[in-house]
Amino acid sequence: MSDSAQLAPEKVDIDITRAAIAPVRNYTGIVLTLLSGLSVAVIIASLSWVLWDVGKEGIQRINWDVLTQTRYPAPGLAEGGFGHAIVGNLMVLATGAALSFPFGILAAVYLSEFGRGTRLAYLVKFSCNVLTGVPAILCGLFAYAVVVRGSGFSAFSGGVAFGVLMLPIVLRSTEEALLLVSPDMRLASLGLGSTRFQTTMRVVLPAAAPAIVTGLILALARAAGEAAPLLFTAFNNNFWSTDLFGPVATLPVMVYFFSIIPYRVQQQLAWAGALVLLATVLAASLIARFLVYKTRK
Amino acid sequence: MTSAATGYGSPPNPDIDVDIEKKASLSRAVDVGFVRLTLALAGFAGIILIWVILQTTEAALPAIQQFGLGFLVTTRWNPVENIYGVLPQIYGSLVTSLVALIFAIPLGIGTAIFLTEGFAPKWVTAPIGFAVELIVAIPSVVLGLWGIFVLIPAVRPIFRAINQTLGWIPFLGGPAPRGPSLLIVAVVLGIMISPIIISITRSTFESLPRSLKEGALALGATRWETLLTVMIPAGLSGIVSSIMLALGRALGETMVAAMLSGNANRINISLMQPGSTITGLIASQFGEAGRLQVSALMYAGVVLMVLTLLVNIVAEIIIRKFQNLEQ
Repeated sequence: MSDSAQLAPEKVDIDITRAAIAPVRNYTGIVLTLLSGLSVAVIIASLSWVLWDVGKEGIQRINWDVLTQTRYPAPGLAEGGFGHAIVGNLMVLATGAALSFPFGILAAVYLSEFGRGTRLAYLVKFSCNVLTGVPAILCGLFAYAVVVRGSGFSAFSGGVAFGVLMLPIVLRSTEEALLLVSPDMRLASLGLGSTRFQTTMRVVLPAAAPAIVTGLILALARAAGEAAPLLFTAFNNNFWSTDLFGPVATLPVMVYFFSIIPYRVQQQLAWAGALVLLATVLAASLIARFLVYKTRK
Repeated sequence: MTSAATGYGSPPNPDIDVDIEKKASLSRAVDVGFVRLTLALAGFAGIILIWVILQTTEAALPAIQQFGLGFLVTTRWNPVENIYGVLPQIYGSLVTSLVALIFAIPLGIGTAIFLTEGFAPKWVTAPIGFAVELIVAIPSVVLGLWGIFVLIPAVRPIFRAINQTLGWIPFLGGPAPRGPSLLIVAVVLGIMISPIIISITRSTFESLPRSLKEGALALGATRWETLLTVMIPAGLSGIVSSIMLALGRALGETMVAAMLSGNANRINISLMQPGSTITGLIASQFGEAGRLQVSALMYAGVVLMVLTLLVNIVAEIIIRKFQNLEQ
């Protein structure tokens, strides 16, 4: 009896150390943990590397003149800036917003308030999800086919491209925001005798407003940095223009053109423009994030 | 539900003052008009996708008629003679996207696991999650600029060393690399698309029932055994659809390809040599294209659209299936 009492604990001891967590299993775990840490490090390092260079190069070349002068420097000359590109960019963005915001928000109202579960709602959602994945450059080709072939390169055609680009983002984010509004609020409003129009306008939309605005900001931020659809819609303009139906300069297109020509001055403008773009887009993401944080609280 | 709750369609009460009735009928008209307006706009939003497809195809028709399917398998792109074929660009788009996925899949899944599986406290993972979101926000043209002036000079010596020692491998061979190449495009694309994989994989892991993980741990599996044998298989459809979406994004990304591929119209087996993608071709040539050339570029756009639509629809179907399983 004393023999078995001595043996038993020894066996159990061996079992726990050897079998429960065998060295191989342990080392595999450690290696995999290191690998997952490494992937995080790569992500963080590449982000910081880009931010560092754009910040460093951009800040050296940015100044009041560059931001306010309204014509690009001629090749070989130093005088000039991209004030007109900022204005052109805003025109294109504003057109895209004017086209996509009303459409996106009201279509989302239908999906979440009136058409829930209908075949149409399903089809709209499906086509919007697919449209989100359509490359931005194809939005540009579409705007070229619809607008530019008839009336030439213009800020408006760039706006059409951005409208198509932004519509699915606006629609989906608005729908999600509306679905978060409690059904009780709708019932309370309807119970007091409001129509569906009044309920939507005075109760549901205001309640969802912060989340909707977040979606709108993200849609704008997504479009603000896009160069591809503008290459053959808004095209380019070396000079000041506020003509909605004429070609305008934009920052992303400027960064593209000036990064692939061999002139120092233009390359410096490209870096300064990249910094402006990056700062704008990052600020927009921060604001959107702040709004989300505030509404969750 | 709503119409029943508010009693639309009930007959007007004859005892009610006429004034009120007028007001009521006006607000009812506004109400019905509003619902119809939203219905019309929703319908329009649904049609946009089809409109985009039809318009682009229509603009590509002259080239489609002239070159037919031969466009897809010939390698000449000669605006002077008006002869066009996009095989090198199709090759370049597929190769850069697939190599980008080879970088992005381990990076994305590794980071997603790190963020969800409690390897670090929240004050570490929260800023990392934020950094991942910031990568999505960086405009691709800025990444292209950075690639030209910072990344290419930095990797050129590394490329040359690899080319000298491992040049016998076809993918790494050819003359001494100068930098612009399909490989550099793939590297930048890999960084750009990993956030898609990270965010979807992350939410997939978070949506899996806790009991799955707890069960595996209780049976004595280590943390990684739980991940590899339970969590990843259970979340596989979410992970696969995130990879499909990332692939679609990589196929459609334009500026990085236009700025870093070298825009060479030929098929190079070596990844370190210049190449071209469909998007890069369209971006770099559209500005000064003639009539038939515009149509040929539109045709290239249609090819790109078919590729990305296929990828996105497959991803969408996987996601739907996954949601149905959850419910």
